[in-house]
Amino acid sequence: MAAVEPELTIDLRGDGRVRRRRLVNRLAEAIAILSAAAAVGLLVWVVWSVAERGADLISWSFLTSDLPIPFSPAVGGIAPLIIGSVILVGIAALIAVPIGVLIALFLEEFAGNWLRVPIQLAIDLMVGLPSVIIAVFIFSALVYGHAQNGLAGSLALSIVMLPLVTRATQEVLRLVPSSQREGALALGASRWRTVVGVILPASLGGILTGSVLAVARAFGETAPLLFVTGIFGRTVELNPHNAIPNMPVQIFIWSESPDPIDHKRAWATALVLMTLVLIMSLVARIALNWTRRNTTR
Amino acid sequence: MAPTMRPVDVTAPRESAPQTRETVFDIKDLKASYGSNVAVRSVDMEIYRNLVTAVIGPSGCGKSTFIRCLNRMNDEVPGFRQDGKILYHGIDLYGDGVDQIEVRRRIGMVFQRPNPFPKSIYDNVAWAPRILGLRKNLDERVEKALRGAALWDEVKDRLKKSALALSGGQQQRLCIARAIAIEPEVLLLDEPASALDPIATASIEELMHDLKTDYTLVIVTHNMQQAARVADRTAFFSLDVDESGRGAGTLVEYDDTGKLFTAPSDKRTEDYVTGRFG
Repeated sequence: MAAVEPELTIDLRGDGRVRRRRLVNRLAEAIAILSAAAAVGLLVWVVWSVAERGADLISWSFLTSDLPIPFSPAVGGIAPLIIGSVILVGIAALIAVPIGVLIALFLEEFAGNWLRVPIQLAIDLMVGLPSVIIAVFIFSALVYGHAQNGLAGSLALSIVMLPLVTRATQEVLRLVPSSQREGALALGASRWRTVVGVILPASLGGILTGSVLAVARAFGETAPLLFVTGIFGRTVELNPHNAIPNMPVQIFIWSESPDPIDHKRAWATALVLMTLVLIMSLVARIALNWTRRNTTR
Repeated sequence: MAPTMRPVDVTAPRESAPQTRETVFDIKDLKASYGSNVAVRSVDMEIYRNLVTAVIGPSGCGKSTFIRCLNRMNDEVPGFRQDGKILYHGIDLYGDGVDQIEVRRRIGMVFQRPNPFPKSIYDNVAWAPRILGLRKNLDERVEKALRGAALWDEVKDRLKKSALALSGGQQQRLCIARAIAIEPEVLLLDEPASALDPIATASIEELMHDLKTDYTLVIVTHNMQQAARVADRTAFFSLDVDESGRGAGTLVEYDDTGKLFTAPSDKRTEDYVTGRFG
């Protein structure tokens, strides 16, 4: 019997609905691209504005000299501000990072439900605590009736940093697969040994990243420092029992001044601050990628 | 036409099991449940020294739950409850005052998916001895463990390299080396080769033949041919559905491997090993 050729009437080109589908696809894609471009564009605009206005004054002497004498023609420098910010944030990190990591360990590895829920809630609320509230609190507790001092400023900054470190650490601890915990426990290790010997080392990269991001955030916080360590001298101050000069407060002070040279100084300091924060964020990102490459295979 | 499974070949020569058998585990009427779900019930069996005992059965019949009872790993699961007795050399494993860490030092476990720590090969093997205080002659201990797991020759020149760079089969042998580095008496292996390719599987099975001279092995496997190849005695678990319709795993038959596969006493066993179900 001769083979019969079937009539093939399959048409894969589609009808009008296909065209509309394609249009909707392209529209959605365009909106997404525009949004991303807007976000990136905003960042570029901010960075460019600050760089453009602040670049004039940047020089080695600007970065290493003491603050200018008011109404003198000399430009002066911001060395005390840079060193001061480093001291303030450094002490805050020394407080916030260990405590934050320990809280995260407790929440993820040791706490029973009845403890975990309220503590987790407290940490989450702390994230949303307005920094000016923290400032007023620290002021009334430690500064009112005494003198302004850097330690109080660091304490205020550490309150800002603590929930950030805890949340970041929690996220990283959760990423450690339970098979790792099981493997350690099956070898006769105690809970604590498992945490210190296997889980923490596996999470170090993420903890570092979270800490660096918290530090970057703390460098720019103005409110907590404004009335706590906002009145300071012109030279480098290393003693945290005194008020410590810092970048964000001085930017604020200079921007309020009638003297236009102060405005230029403010822009220049803002540029330095922004560069510092951007570099730290980049370092955090690189550290995170490096960890990811080393622990997931 | 439904294909019939080849009956399992148990005619391959194996060393005869030792005549005098010392009991390591004496399990009496074991029942294990997670919350209200009974996973395993009515298990009575004895596990003997320096033998490979296989636990086979279809999925969901409690094999993993059973083996994890033997080193108290189920304690980590919230809601876990154990009834009956597991006597290890006459001592009730779940008795008062028994420290689960001491239990796990003597009864080691290797898991289905290899889980080496993200450390070097040396540190993986040395970690447990270090924290358990066995710091003397650590290098010799690590070498002995790696030799025991048939991994030494392959890694002796790169002990400091990351364990994650090893192949799947090598990682699993590393996990075995890690477990025997603390000199346990028993090794529990929960489907140790199911995540590995056939060549790696063969090396693990060969390793088990060597390991049983020094250790008592209990292995869970869903692969009957594997049980026939490596085990001296085999326990067949199956799902037992009660009046209310809920099923729990239970021990159906437990015998020398050759007998269980060629002349099983229980019909359910016969159905399973000849492939009529499961």
